[in-house]
Amino acid sequence: MDNISISGAKIYFYLFGVPITETQINSLIVTALLFGLCLFLTHGLKVRPTSKRQLVAEWIVEKVTNLVRDNMGERFLGFVPFVAAILGLSACSSLLALVAMYPPTADLNTVLGWALLVFVMITYYKIRANGPLGYLKGFTEPIFVFTPFNILGEIATPVSMAFRHFGNIVSGTVISALVYAALASLSTVLLGWLPGVLGKIPFLQIGIPAVLSIYFDLFSSCMQAFIFAMLTMLYIAGAANTEEN
Amino acid sequence: MEILTAKAIIMAGCAVGAGLALIAGIGPGIGEGYAVGKACEAIGRQPECKSSVTSTMILGCAIAETTGIYGFVTGLLLMFLAPNLFLGKL
Repeated sequence: MDNISISGAKIYFYLFGVPITETQINSLIVTALLFGLCLFLTHGLKVRPTSKRQLVAEWIVEKVTNLVRDNMGERFLGFVPFVAAILGLSACSSLLALVAMYPPTADLNTVLGWALLVFVMITYYKIRANGPLGYLKGFTEPIFVFTPFNILGEIATPVSMAFRHFGNIVSGTVISALVYAALASLSTVLLGWLPGVLGKIPFLQIGIPAVLSIYFDLFSSCMQAFIFAMLTMLYIAGAANTEEN
Repeated sequence: MEILTAKAIIMAGCAVGAGLALIAGIGPGIGEGYAVGKACEAIGRQPECKSSVTSTMILGCAIAETTGIYGFVTGLLLMFLAPNLFLGKL
């Protein structure tokens, strides 16, 4: 039981009283990686692509453009960089767990920040579509008794987005840690009779956690990035399209 | 002795509460299973719209999962945050 440790981000040092944690450092690493990838993919572009690099870059841009066009419509094509940035940041942050680094998305602060950004954009588009008074009046629909519920529903949007992403990544971390500890004690019980050092090596930890890692780290990370981007697009498009009423 | 009993009650309450909070996982399990079953039916009926059915199903599953995730987050809070919070008030 003693070797299970599930902890949050480590605090490295304090800068003017602000704690600098693993989350911030790893986020900066992810940002630098993505920046480097963008520079690498886009330098020396030609009208007629000759390099594989440019084909990959064009493929990415085309996929995200199609995604935005299908889900938001033609007049929101300006959102392509934003959605691509969210997809890339979220996926790469969660995939850091594959190289045994602390994924920044396992910290509620990161995803809550993104969700608040999306919330600000939703509110901005609602106000722009209806005017400030129309936006406030929207809370009293269909009758004024519903105002508290409407306000609650408005707050629930960023909270549920953040908790969904955070919960999925953290549940993977927690379950992996529990399975590791369980396999260690199981191999002590089953193989502890082996002589000398052999009895101390947890043989059962070889291979079995990889299956879990494929689901929780690879599949779940990409899925959550996709879902977060999808919800962002749907909410913003929904907010901007309320002007008809 | 009194402090010790109070500590034990707090720790036990937090552990039992975390276990109870994870019962929330039943709902999303049933709901997502139902959604995936319906999606399989739809694909069986119209195999040509497999990709759009799949992406819609995955989005719906993610949204149905929210309540389960709330339960999980509550459980995490009860396991790691609440004992220290309440023990500090003794």
